[in-house]
Amino acid sequence: MTDTLTIHRAGPGLTLQDMGRPGYLALGLSRGGAADRLALAEGAALLGQSTDLTAIEMTGTGGEFEASRDTRIALTGAPMAAAIDGTRIAWNASHTLPAKARLTIGSASEGVYGYLHVGGGFRPPEQLGAHSAHLAAGIGALLEAGDRIDLGPDDRTATGLMLPKDTRFAGGTIRILPSIHTDAFPQELCTRFEDTAFTRDTRGNRMGVQLKWDGDGFLPEIGRKIVSEVIMPGDIQIIGDGTPYVLLSECQTTGGYPRIATVLPCDLPRIAQAPAGAPLNFRFVTLEDAVEAERKAAQAVADLPKRRQPLIRDPATIPNLLSYQLISGMTAGRELDPEGA
Amino acid sequence: MTEGDADTTTQTHPRIRTAGVDGMLVSFGDSLSEPANRAALAFRAEIERQGWNGVEESTTSLVSAYLRFDPLHLGHAELKQKLDTLLSDRDWYEAPLPSGRRLWRIPAVFGTDLGPQLDQAAEAAGLTPEQAIKDFTQTRVRVQTIGFAPGQPYLGELPQAWDIPRQSTLTSRIPEGALAVAIRQLVLFSVATPTGWQHIGQTAMRLFQPEADEPFLLRPGDEVEFTETDAETLSNMRSDPHGGAERSELP
Repeated sequence: MTDTLTIHRAGPGLTLQDMGRPGYLALGLSRGGAADRLALAEGAALLGQSTDLTAIEMTGTGGEFEASRDTRIALTGAPMAAAIDGTRIAWNASHTLPAKARLTIGSASEGVYGYLHVGGGFRPPEQLGAHSAHLAAGIGALLEAGDRIDLGPDDRTATGLMLPKDTRFAGGTIRILPSIHTDAFPQELCTRFEDTAFTRDTRGNRMGVQLKWDGDGFLPEIGRKIVSEVIMPGDIQIIGDGTPYVLLSECQTTGGYPRIATVLPCDLPRIAQAPAGAPLNFRFVTLEDAVEAERKAAQAVADLPKRRQPLIRDPATIPNLLSYQLISGMTAGRELDPEGA
Repeated sequence: MTEGDADTTTQTHPRIRTAGVDGMLVSFGDSLSEPANRAALAFRAEIERQGWNGVEESTTSLVSAYLRFDPLHLGHAELKQKLDTLLSDRDWYEAPLPSGRRLWRIPAVFGTDLGPQLDQAAEAAGLTPEQAIKDFTQTRVRVQTIGFAPGQPYLGELPQAWDIPRQSTLTSRIPEGALAVAIRQLVLFSVATPTGWQHIGQTAMRLFQPEADEPFLLRPGDEVEFTETDAETLSNMRSDPHGGAERSELP
C-alpha cells in the first residue's frame, strides 16, 4: 500500500506545487508552479533530492498533518511556527516526522508562502505532466482536511540539516528591466516609478499582487490603445486606474494593459513573499546586469547543498530557544496554538 | 488590408524586442492584421521545427511570436542574430500557414436567451439580427491566438462592419461555451467569466478539460465555421466531447 500524508486541518490556501507546466503557453495555460521557486530548491537541498519533486505550498498559515510512515520533512519559505507532537521544530530545516506523529504548522511570522516538503516528494495523480494545482485554470484544488496525498519512495535517511535564513520575506528592492512597452512610457513616469516607495497591497494571490503608494497613477497615454500581447510572470502591468500590478506564476498568458517594466526572475520570490504592507521599491538594471544577477542566483541554488549545516551544531537546538533564534532572528513570531487556529 | 498599410507594416516590422531577461518577442505589426497573424503563426512553427538549443518554450499572440529561453546558455546577441537570420530567410507575411491545422464546424444558437446581446450587437454593426447571423455563419474564421484562459480562442476576422467596441461596462458572467463579438473578432469562452464582449450566441464546446484525453480542443491556426442550430439540439450536444462539432484536417 502506498504511504500517505493525511491532512487533519488545512489553512485556507494549501495547494500542491512543483516547478509548473512549461509548454502550454500557446494553448493559453501559464506555467504556474510554486510562487517561490527558491523555496522549492531549498527544500530539495535540505532533503538531498530533486527540485522537480512536489511540495505543499501554504499561504499565510499551515495546518495539521500526519504521515503513515516515518517521513523526512523539510520546511522552507515564509517562516511559520511548527511543532511535532507539541515540540517546536526549526524552520528552514529538515526533520524526521515519525509515523502517526502530529505535525502542526501555524501562521507565518513574516513572508507569505511556506512549504512543506517530504522525502520522495508528494505523488498525487499527474495532470498535463505536472502535479501542481493551477487554480486559475481549474487544475487541481485547494487541499482540505481529510485529504490523503501519496508519498513518493524515499531511499535517503539524512535529516537534521538547516539552511541560513534568507532576507526575502519582508519586501525590499526589486530589480527590473524595461518591458516591451517601457519605451511608450514617458521618462517622467519611469523615473517616478523608480522613486516611489510602494507597499504590497492586500490584494494579491498566486496570479499577481497589486502595489500601493501615495500619489498619481502610472498610466501612460497609450494605455487603452495597445494590442494584447504575451505576458509573463514578473511583468508589471499598469491597470486601468493607473495601479501597478506584478504578475506571478499563475498569471494569464496574454494581457492588454501596458507594462512599465518586468521583474528579474531571481527577484520574483521577494515579491511573492512580501506580506501586505511590506515596503517595495524598484530599480532598473541593464540587460547585462540582469543576466549576471540570474547567473549568480543560479549559482546560489547550485551551492545550496554546501550551505547546509547540521542543526545540532547550533545552540538553538534546545527546543524552546529554537523557535526564537532560528526562525526569525528576532523575537518570535506567534506562539503555536496547540488547539489549532 | 490596403497596400499602404502593408508598406507601413514592413517598414517598422518585423521587430525584435527583449521581453524580460529570458524572453524575446518578434512582432509583425502594431495592430491585428491577417498577414501579421499569419507571419507570427508561420514563424513560430518554424522555430518549433528547428528546435534551437536554449529555447524553452514558444507561443504566438495576435501579431507576435514569443520565445522563452535560458539566457545563461543562449546569449541575447546570439539569439537575436538567429532570429534576424530566420526573419530574412523569407517573406513571413506571405508564408503558408503551418501544417497540421484543422477545420472545425461548430453548432451554435444565435440570439434568444442563449445569446441575449445579438440584437444590440447587430445594431452596433448597422445590421439586422438575420444579417448578423449570416455573417457569423458564412465567415470562416481563424484561431488567431489562444489566451486569457486555457484553450480560449480569439477568432477572426469578421467583415469590417463588426469593428464595434467592447462594452465599457462588464457583463457580470458569460457562460462557458458562449460566443461573443467585438473588434472584428469572436471569442468562444472556455470558462465562465465577466466580460466586455457582447454575448451573441452559445455553443456546447468545452474547450479546456484538464482531465480529458484531449485537454485542449482548438490550436492556434485552426479554422472555424459556425452553423446555426436550436436550443434543444444544442442541449443534446453537451454530452459530446467535441460539443457536436465536426473536425477535419486542413490540407
